[in-house]
Amino acid sequence: MPVAERERRMSRPYGGVFVARSRIMDGEDITRALRRMAHEILERNHGSQELILIGLQTGGVQLAHALAATLEDIEELEQHSLPVCTLDVALYRDDIGIRPVIPEEVTDIPFDLDSKVVVLVDDVLFTGRTIRAALDAVIDFGRPRMVQLAVMVDRGHRELPIRPDFVGKNLPTRRHELVNVTMDGVELGELQKS
Amino acid sequence: MNSFNAQEARDADRSQRAHLLSIADLDREQIEELLRVTDTFVEVGRRPIPKVPALRGRTVVMLFFEDSTRTRLSFETAAKRLSADTMSFSVSSSSLNKGESVRDTIETIEAMGIDAVVVRHKSSGVPAQIARWTSASVINAGDGWHQHPTQALLDAYTARSHLGSLEGRRIALVGDIKHSRVARSNIEIFTALGAQVTLVAPRTLLPASTSAWPVQVSQDLDAVLPTVDVCYLLRMQQERMTEALVPTLREYTATYGLTSARADQMAEGAIIMHPGPMNRGVEIASEVADRPSAVITEQVANGVAVRSAVLFTLLGAGRLQGSSAAAATNSSNELSIQTDSVLAEELAHAEEAS
Repeated sequence: MPVAERERRMSRPYGGVFVARSRIMDGEDITRALRRMAHEILERNHGSQELILIGLQTGGVQLAHALAATLEDIEELEQHSLPVCTLDVALYRDDIGIRPVIPEEVTDIPFDLDSKVVVLVDDVLFTGRTIRAALDAVIDFGRPRMVQLAVMVDRGHRELPIRPDFVGKNLPTRRHELVNVTMDGVELGELQKS
Repeated sequence: MNSFNAQEARDADRSQRAHLLSIADLDREQIEELLRVTDTFVEVGRRPIPKVPALRGRTVVMLFFEDSTRTRLSFETAAKRLSADTMSFSVSSSSLNKGESVRDTIETIEAMGIDAVVVRHKSSGVPAQIARWTSASVINAGDGWHQHPTQALLDAYTARSHLGSLEGRRIALVGDIKHSRVARSNIEIFTALGAQVTLVAPRTLLPASTSAWPVQVSQDLDAVLPTVDVCYLLRMQQERMTEALVPTLREYTATYGLTSARADQMAEGAIIMHPGPMNRGVEIASEVADRPSAVITEQVANGVAVRSAVLFTLLGAGRLQGSSAAAATNSSNELSIQTDSVLAEELAHAEEAS
C-alpha cells in the first residue's frame, strides 16, 4: 500500500497522522507468528475441513489471506482452496452517531456459514468493540458451529468480555498509543494531530 | 477518551445535521463516496437477512405532499433495511386538509422526535425551506421542477455499473426537460462525473434558457442516438402540462419516442434508462422497454441501495455537512439562485395557466 494511501487510512478515523516510535516485529516475525497460529488453529479444530476465515476490513483482510496460505501450505492443500471472506463491520458498530462511521471496503461472504467453524481475523485487538460488531454481523449470515478469533496483536484495554483464541503477540500499550500492523511488521507509535 | 460523553456527542451531531437538497450542493468527491457506500448496501440487499442495525432507534418521516409510490416505498424499504423506524404522511390523510400550514406540520412532527424528513412537494424550494425550520436531516425526494437528487444518484450508480466510469461518456436526455426535476438533477450529476450531456426535446419542452447549463441541445433524436452511451428518456408529464406544448402525443412519439427502429440505431453496449413511471407507447415503445439494454427495473432496485446510502451517510456518518447544511443556513432568507430561477419559471407558468 502506498504511503499516502496508508496515511489516509490511518488518519481518517482518528483525525491525525500515525507516527511510528518503535518497531515491535518485522516481516519474518509476522510470518513465524502466522505459522504458529496456523498450527494452533489446526490443532484446536482437528484439521481444516470446516474452516472459513473472515478477515475484518481493512487490517484483517491481508492477514486472513496470509493465514489461509499458511494453513494450505501446512495441510498440503491446493492454493486458494480454503474459503476466505471479508467483512466490514461499520454498519454494526455501537458508535454510529457518536463519531463519523462509514463503510470503507466490501463485505464479501459468498459461503453458507451454517455449522462451519468461522475464524475471525483482525490485525489488532483493542477494546473488543469491533469484534462485538463482527459477531453480530456473522450471525446475520448464518449459524456457525463455532466462532474463533485470531489477531496479530492483542494490545489490551478490553471494554467487553471478549478474548482472542489465537494471538500473534501480546503487546502491552498505553491507551493513547496506536499499533500499526502490516505484512512487513508491527509498529508502535502515536497519532500526531495535523 | 474516558471523559467522552456519548450523549453530548449525539446532541452535537443533532445540532449540525446534514441535508441532501440538491445535487449542486455535492462536490465530485461526495458523489463518489455516496456511490461507494451504495455498493455496500447493494451487498446488504443480497444477504440472507437484508437488514443491518446501523440506524436502530432513529426515526425517518416520509412527508409526501405530492403523490408518489415508488419513491416513497423505496425510501421506506431503505430506512427499514437500516433498522430505522419510519412514519408515513400523505396529504390526503393529514391535517393539511384542515388548513394547517407546512411549518406547523413540521413542528408538530418534530415534537415527536425525528431524525430525518424525506420531503416531496409540488413547489420548488420547499425542502430547502423545511431544512431551515427543523433540526432533522432533510432529504429532497423531489420538489417541483427543481431537483430529485436521490433519483440522480441511483441513475449515476446504474449507469456506472454498466459503463464503468462516466468520464467522457455521452448521455442523451430525451423528452420533457422543462417540467423535469429529474433532468435538472441528472444534468448536474452526469456532468459532475465527467459525462457529456445532450438534451433532445422540442423547443416547447425546453426551459426558457439552457445557456447556463453545461449541455448541448438538439432537436434531432435520430442523429444523436448512434453517438450516445446512455439514452435517458423522460416521462411526458401530462399532469404538469396545462397548455398544449406538443400538437399530439402521437406526433411526439413519431419525432422523439424511442421506437424499436430507433433503438436498433443505438451503439453496441449502450443502455436505455427511464425514471418511471413509463408511458409505454409514448416516449418508449413497449417492446424497447423489455429489451436487455433497458435497465429500468435495475434502476428501481438500485434506488433502495442508494437511498440507504444517503440515509446512512446523513444520519450515521454525519457526512455531507458543510455543503448542503451550510447552503441551507447561509442563505437563510433567500432561496439559492438556482431554486429562484426555477421557482420564477414555475410561478410564471402558474399565472399563465390561470
